[in-house]
Amino acid sequence: MSSEATATAGEHAHGDEHGHHGPKWLAHHFDTPAQQFDAAKLGMWVFLAQELLFFSGLFVAYGVYRSWYPEMFVAASHQLDKIMGGTNTIVLLFSSFTAAMAVRSSQLGNRKATGNYILITIVCACLFLVIKYFEYSHKFHAGLLPGRFFHPHPEHLVAGAPPLPANTGSFFSIYFMMTGVHGVHVIIGIGVLIWIWIRNNRGEFSKEFFTPVDIVALYWHLVDLVWIYLFPLLYLV
Amino acid sequence: MAAITTTPGAHHDDVDPNASFLEKKGLMSWLVTLDHKRIGIMYLISVAIAFLLGGIFALLVRAELFTQGKTLMDADTYNKMFSLHGVVMVFLFIIPSIPAAMGNIILPIQLGTKDVAFPRLNLLSLYVYWFGAIFGLYSMINGGVDTGWTFYTPYSSSDPAHGGVGTATSVIPMTLAAFIMGFSSILTGVNFIATVHKMRAPGLTWRRLTLFTWALYATSIIQVLATPVLAITLLLLTMERFLGLGIFDPRLGGDPVLYQHFFWFYSHPAVYIMIVPGMGVVSDILATFSRREPVGYMAIAASSLGLALLGFLVWGHHLFVAGMSEYATMVFSALTFLVAIPSGVKVFNWVATLYKGSISLQSPMLWALSFIFLFTIGGLTGLFLGMLAVDVHLHDTYFVVAHFHYVMVGGTVMGFVGGLHYWWPKFTGKMYEEGWARVGWFFVFIGFNVTFIAQFIMGSRGMPRRYYDYLPQYEIFHQVSTIGSWILGFGFLVIGVMFIRSLMNGKPASRNPWGSAALEWQTPTPPPTFNFVKDPVLTRGQYDYQLATDDELYEGFDDPLFPGLRGGKAPAKKAAAEGDHG
Repeated sequence: MSSEATATAGEHAHGDEHGHHGPKWLAHHFDTPAQQFDAAKLGMWVFLAQELLFFSGLFVAYGVYRSWYPEMFVAASHQLDKIMGGTNTIVLLFSSFTAAMAVRSSQLGNRKATGNYILITIVCACLFLVIKYFEYSHKFHAGLLPGRFFHPHPEHLVAGAPPLPANTGSFFSIYFMMTGVHGVHVIIGIGVLIWIWIRNNRGEFSKEFFTPVDIVALYWHLVDLVWIYLFPLLYLV
Repeated sequence: MAAITTTPGAHHDDVDPNASFLEKKGLMSWLVTLDHKRIGIMYLISVAIAFLLGGIFALLVRAELFTQGKTLMDADTYNKMFSLHGVVMVFLFIIPSIPAAMGNIILPIQLGTKDVAFPRLNLLSLYVYWFGAIFGLYSMINGGVDTGWTFYTPYSSSDPAHGGVGTATSVIPMTLAAFIMGFSSILTGVNFIATVHKMRAPGLTWRRLTLFTWALYATSIIQVLATPVLAITLLLLTMERFLGLGIFDPRLGGDPVLYQHFFWFYSHPAVYIMIVPGMGVVSDILATFSRREPVGYMAIAASSLGLALLGFLVWGHHLFVAGMSEYATMVFSALTFLVAIPSGVKVFNWVATLYKGSISLQSPMLWALSFIFLFTIGGLTGLFLGMLAVDVHLHDTYFVVAHFHYVMVGGTVMGFVGGLHYWWPKFTGKMYEEGWARVGWFFVFIGFNVTFIAQFIMGSRGMPRRYYDYLPQYEIFHQVSTIGSWILGFGFLVIGVMFIRSLMNGKPASRNPWGSAALEWQTPTPPPTFNFVKDPVLTRGQYDYQLATDDELYEGFDDPLFPGLRGGKAPAKKAAAEGDHG
């Protein structure tokens, strides 16, 4: 660059630009491990902001329809299974705890514990989906489906619950969109958790490098957090 | 300091630090590349194709309107033509044009870094864009859409196949295309934010960023925060058409105005995704061709962020006549006027930059000056539309069409084409013919104004937009507008041919053909894979002409129309510079 403005740091061994001073997990375009970690972490936080805005449309739709049809929301939420929903809340909260423990273990360089905690998180995520499957199949049997497909079968409905107004299909549209989009996030979460579990088994993480565990756990906490809002909004009207 | 010169990464041993990024041949070397410059070039080719396609649709729309009644096509085809023009230009061309194509190439170089923070994510965003584009093409082959680019419900969401009253055209693939391409935009935004925060070279403080970088940073914030709202809206729209959700369709208990709120919560900020990067390009071009630091540097940078913020608060002005409370319309109208402040800050600072600048009117500068002129018209007519009473008259007329084309074409496209001229030597290593560039600019500038001034006039006299037919008193305006579109199209044709000729047998470009003090001109042309032969450390700002040395500015600097008039010491300096790189 032959210039003062862009004086290179040439004095510092630039003849050896391709010597590997850094560890092998340090990508070529980062200067220091700290820079790589910070960039990944910031990127994930920005991505999570995006996720919140993605869900925000559904929350706004929920707010609008609930303010228009409060009785319909009360009646419809009686058809949701609070026990299953509550169990799922506990399952996800616990999985968030184990995800945090996985991060802690990898920070301490304890590969075995990290693997176990990730595995427990994956199992909890799968358990969540299994319970969700039973909930969904009950809704299908009872004809409690979105929009055009809403045809409730009285014999399958919860006994003693308030009668369902004609436009209850809107509630189940919102219910299935919210829990469905959340469910997709759970499935993606299982995918990335398996990915870091494999990488952990390969011994790619250490006290110095645990970035993927950290950012996957951040994502998982968001999935958990969204459910913590969905549960009271939908089940505990 | 030692860490700065470290270049670890075993898998990159095969990269020659001096070789141009264009050197490697073969399709696969492009498709699996992680180099931000190559990804940017692929984006550039993609958006150029989209621009051509969208331009053809536009010319067809204008040709149909040349006479009253049927000229070329029936009304249904016409509806599809203007819808496809809008969809292609907005989602396939203008949103990725400056940030994803040019920003990808220039941003990391202006930051003095080797690549964006997440190179693989960057490549993924390109593939996501292509994947979305496939859905768009599929929709076009299957009859296209006739909803307009806004996909307003219930026309778009009520499927006649299920007893609805809406359109029978191929809406689901097209909305999915926009949904998917939105994720490409989000990933680029995430990447750029992390890159600007974490990847700046030593000595490159926030106050030394270029205004183009500032603009891309502001744009990225909008991309990340607004696009997901469009994503969920289009997902709801798709599901509404598919399952009859009943969220936007009044026949099913839904609310179409809610769709408009959701849609414009993205699509108004999206206007700033389109225009703010163009403003960044113009700020850089003005600085280079006035040879001075932009006046009010921090004010221009802050106004980019100001636009990003205000952009989120004004969506309601698209709904003044759609059924909103009067109080809400007043608040939105007042907030809309606030947008004029950061826009005005920019325009006044640009003009002040020209004052006592050492101006050279080369082709990039012509585009930048056109931007200021046309954007000002586009911006001021926006105030007419933000005014409640006036909007009732002007809403959905050609006045609106002319207004946003003055901003989108007069602004963003002028910035995009100007930036393409400005950075072309850096991208390709080739110069273009300055004379033809000026001819092309002349036809585009004249053609654009002829096309859209006519639309301002007929719009103010009540000609509604999107109509297939019109009353006799509008015929003259439509004919002038259509003739203008031919001049405009011819201008772009000249520019396209000029760039292709440059690629085939353009003169090799020097390192710094414009004599700019910015960082991207201090590296070889075209840049090596890791952007710089040695990692740069900045000891001055990128507009500090008073601190720049002759070596930095005058290497190869020459006036293309009057060779030898300035500089002229190119060959010796170039050899010296390259010797040093080796």
